[in-house]
Order: sequence, then structure tokens, then C-alpha cells
Amino acid sequence: MIKFQNVSLVLGGRTVLSDVSFEISPTEFVGVLGPNGAGKTTLMRAVLGLIPPAQGSIAILGKPAIRGNPAVGYMPQLRGQMAHLRLSCRDFVAGVVNGYRLGLPVLGKADHAEIDRVLDLVGARSLARRPVAETSGGERQRLLLAQALIGKPRLLLLDEPLISLDPHHQRSVIELVKSVQTELGIGVLLSAHELNPLLGALDRVMYLARGQVALGNVDDVITGPVLSQLYGSEIDVVRLKGRIFVMSGRYDVEHDEHRHDDGAGHHHHQHSHQTHPGDA
Amino acid sequence: MMVPVTIITSTRTKPIRAMLEYDFMRSAFAAAAIVALVSGAVGYFLVLRGQTFAGHALAHVGFTGATGAFLLGVAPLWGMVATTMIAGIGMGLMGERLAQRDVAIGIVLALALGIGLLFLHFFATFATQATALLFGNVLAVDTATVWTLLGLGVVCLVALAVISRPLLFASLQPELAEAKGVSLRLYSVLFLAIVALATAECAQIVGVLLVFTLMVGPAASAQRLTSSVGKGLLLSASLALAEAWLGITLAFYTDWPSSFWITALSAGVYLATALPRPSSTLRRQAARR
Repeated sequence: MIKFQNVSLVLGGRTVLSDVSFEISPTEFVGVLGPNGAGKTTLMRAVLGLIPPAQGSIAILGKPAIRGNPAVGYMPQLRGQMAHLRLSCRDFVAGVVNGYRLGLPVLGKADHAEIDRVLDLVGARSLARRPVAETSGGERQRLLLAQALIGKPRLLLLDEPLISLDPHHQRSVIELVKSVQTELGIGVLLSAHELNPLLGALDRVMYLARGQVALGNVDDVITGPVLSQLYGSEIDVVRLKGRIFVMSGRYDVEHDEHRHDDGAGHHHHQHSHQTHPGDA
Repeated sequence: MMVPVTIITSTRTKPIRAMLEYDFMRSAFAAAAIVALVSGAVGYFLVLRGQTFAGHALAHVGFTGATGAFLLGVAPLWGMVATTMIAGIGMGLMGERLAQRDVAIGIVLALALGIGLLFLHFFATFATQATALLFGNVLAVDTATVWTLLGLGVVCLVALAVISRPLLFASLQPELAEAKGVSLRLYSVLFLAIVALATAECAQIVGVLLVFTLMVGPAASAQRLTSSVGKGLLLSASLALAEAWLGITLAFYTDWPSSFWITALSAGVYLATALPRPSSTLRRQAARR
């Protein structure tokens, strides 16, 4: 499905990925993790053909990654703009149908059927008539997923779909993605800050740090030795009641990464951020 | 207004048919219809994209062009079209880099008005022209101008129709559109060029300072009234048309400026749509339970 061969990605003079090779099979659910700025979004944009590799080759379903590949669906990060959008959820999704074609956005019978299909897949049929501005964060993620599913892609790239959702909604988004993936038999690449919400759904995990990639089963990749080598510093992995905590010294690495988004400081004393029992 | 008061007073009590016996009134209604339809449609996308400020900014720049055209002996409309187009395309090319530059933009806009003022200073009929440019004078539009407005309006609407689907995609979901092969920059430039043309047209009716009233007011009201794209576009154009025509009619019977009436109607409709509607809120809460 996705094949990186000796790929280096350079963004604004900075090498984000350096001589990376890996392969992902067609029906795999892969979680993409790593610190901020490790290149999770860059990697996805490269798969979309938006960033040409500085070196090496990227193949999607046996063909070079090109922009506008109909086999690849993409769900970008949630944008604040949706909070003000007065359009109906149905029209919001409909705007994607054949959106690259010139002309009036008039929809045919087949287009309406396609919109119904994706709305049903994500369980958003009942939202169709409601303005986007009046939906919740979880409902907006459903709409973005519906947009990504337009055109029957065989690979879904989901960029941080769990961000700014509470644990309950995180779980329902993961369950939804998993059920859609199983039902359609497609591949999923999902980037996230935290591993634990993904644990039940993942086939393999991809960890990005310092331009390098570690891809494999959770038990093989999320280990002290592998992550220590990837980060280039001492990393401990603590497993507790089916959940996994990645620690650097006394600090919870994922928790701190999460903190960066809020603009808070780097060093918080380690404590559990998974306050909701049974979350993983 | 530019119209002799004697005409106004002698027709004040006459029916609408009498109003349409005057050439200047027929021209005014025709010009307002063209401009309202263009403004309503273009404005819909402007509001959807959150770029309403662009319309305002382009109008300011257009003022410099219009006054410059006076000096050169060219029709102000063409001076305005030239400068708004250049500014619109420039803004489109600058793209995201303009987003955080509100101070720089504000200073450039003030400068644009200042230079326009200087150009007017060299021109004899200073006050009349300034008022007409800044606040519009639809009753002074002649037949030739109506045809020019029609030509530009058709160009505007045809161009908008051609790019509307990818423009909608790029407006609703830019990252996905980019991934699907839609050039965000290309559509940003094309759209702002259309906005530039629409702004120059709009300024002929309500003046450069009041372009918001036809470009943004009806479109924003329409988006509050309907959540469908198709209905929203139609409603936006219809509201703009109704507000412009009613404004001119009221101006005819009251002898107050038409631009005042159009702004009053535009603001009134927007306020009416912006008021919270308790019934729908309750329904929604009930549905959530």
C-alpha cells in the first residue's frame, strides 16, 4: 500500500525524515506517534504527494505518490473555522464531491448517493440538516472523516483526529475509524499524541523521532531500548493495567508533548493523565 | 442627491409607474439590479471564506484609482477597475502572509484614501466628486454606464460560475482540496480578482465606503437564514436586489440619499436575522436530550 524507499524529506531547509524505508500493507491500521515536530504531518503530506522526497521514492499502491491520487483519503486537523460555518453538515460534506472540477457545484444522483454513503458510514446521517456551527467536536470529526471517505479511497490518512477531544470522544472516534476500516477493508494511517486511546485498534505502530522511524507491533516498538535509541536519550516504558506510559527520566514524554500544544512549560512532574478508568 | 429637487417634489405623491418614466430612475434600477446580483453572489463566497475585509480593502484602493482616472481624464470606473484588480491579484498572491498584517494593511488603506484625496484636490469639482465616489450616486448613472456595468457583471458572474465548485471546496476544506490537486493560491487569486471587479461595480451604486452594505450584508443575512449553498446564493442575490431597489425607491419618495436607505435596509435585515430565535434553540435542545 505505502512503500518508502530510502526517503529523505526536507522542509524549509530542515531534514524531517532522513533515509527512511518502510512498508505498510493494504488493510493495516497504523498509528503514527512521535514528539511535536517529528514529522507526522510532513510524512502524511509526502504520502499525499504534496511534499516531494528530497531523496528516495514513495510508492502508493505501486505508483509514485502524486497529488490528487483518488485512492488516498485525507482528514486534516480540525480547524477553528468550522465553529462559525452556517452551512448544513450535508453541504459541508457535499463541497468535497468532485471539488477539483471546474463548474457549478451542482450534484447528480450518483453524487447524492455518495454523500449518503459516507454520512451513513460515519453515522452522521442525522446531522445532515444541522449547521456545522451547531455540532460538537466529536461530530465535527465525523464530518471530516465523511469528507475523507468521499470517492472510495483505499488508504485513509488521519492527521491528529483525537486532538482537543475528551477521552470519551477519543474512544468513540477510534471505534468509528476502526469499524469503517474493517467494513471497507482499507488501510489507515492515524497520527496521535497519545498511544493509549489507540491500543485496541492498532495493527502496528510507527514511532517518529529525530528523522528516524520505528515501525512494528506495539510490544516490539514501544520498549525502552527501541525508544531510547530513537530519541537518543534514556527512555523507560511503563506498562500499567493495559496502558503504556513512555517516560524520559521522571517525565511522561507523551504528556509533555501534549502540554506543548497548550503553550505550557516543558517540565511537569510525572503523573498519570489517563484519569478515566478503562480508557484503553 | 444630484437630481434637481423640483423633480422630486413634483413626483412625491405619484405612483411607481410615474417613477419609472424618468430615464435616470430606469438607469438607476437597471444598474442597481446588475450590481446587486453580482454583489450578492460574490459576497456569499466572501463571507463563506471569511474574507469580508478584502472587499472593504479593495474599495479603498479603488478610490485612488477612480480619482487618478479623473486626473487623467478617464472614466473613474475604469480607474477603479484597474486598481482593484491589481490589488486583488496582489492580495491573492500574498495569501496567508497577509493574515497577520492588519496594521500594515490598515496603513496602506489609509494611504490609498489619502492619495485619492490628493488627486481630488487637483480636480475642480472637488466636493461633489468626492461625495459621489465615497458614498455613491446611483441616480447619476447614465445609460452608457449601465451597459458597462452589465458587461463587467456578466464577466464577474461567468467567472464565478466557472470556478465555483473548486472555490467552494478550497473554502470549506483547504488542506483536503490541496491534497486533491486544487491550487489554493490559484483560486485565491482568481476569486480576489472577481471580488475586485465586483467591488468596482458596487462602488458605483453605494460608493467605496459603503461597499460592505451590498457585498457583505445580504450574504451574511442569507447564511443566517439558510444552511444550503444553493439557496444561500439565491437568497443573498435576492436580498441584495431587494435592498438596492427598495433603497432607490425610498430615496425617490423621500429625497434622502439612496445609499442611506440601502445601508439602513441592509443593516436592518442583518440585525433581524442575527436576533436569537428562541423557538429553534429550544427545538435543538429538545432534540439533543
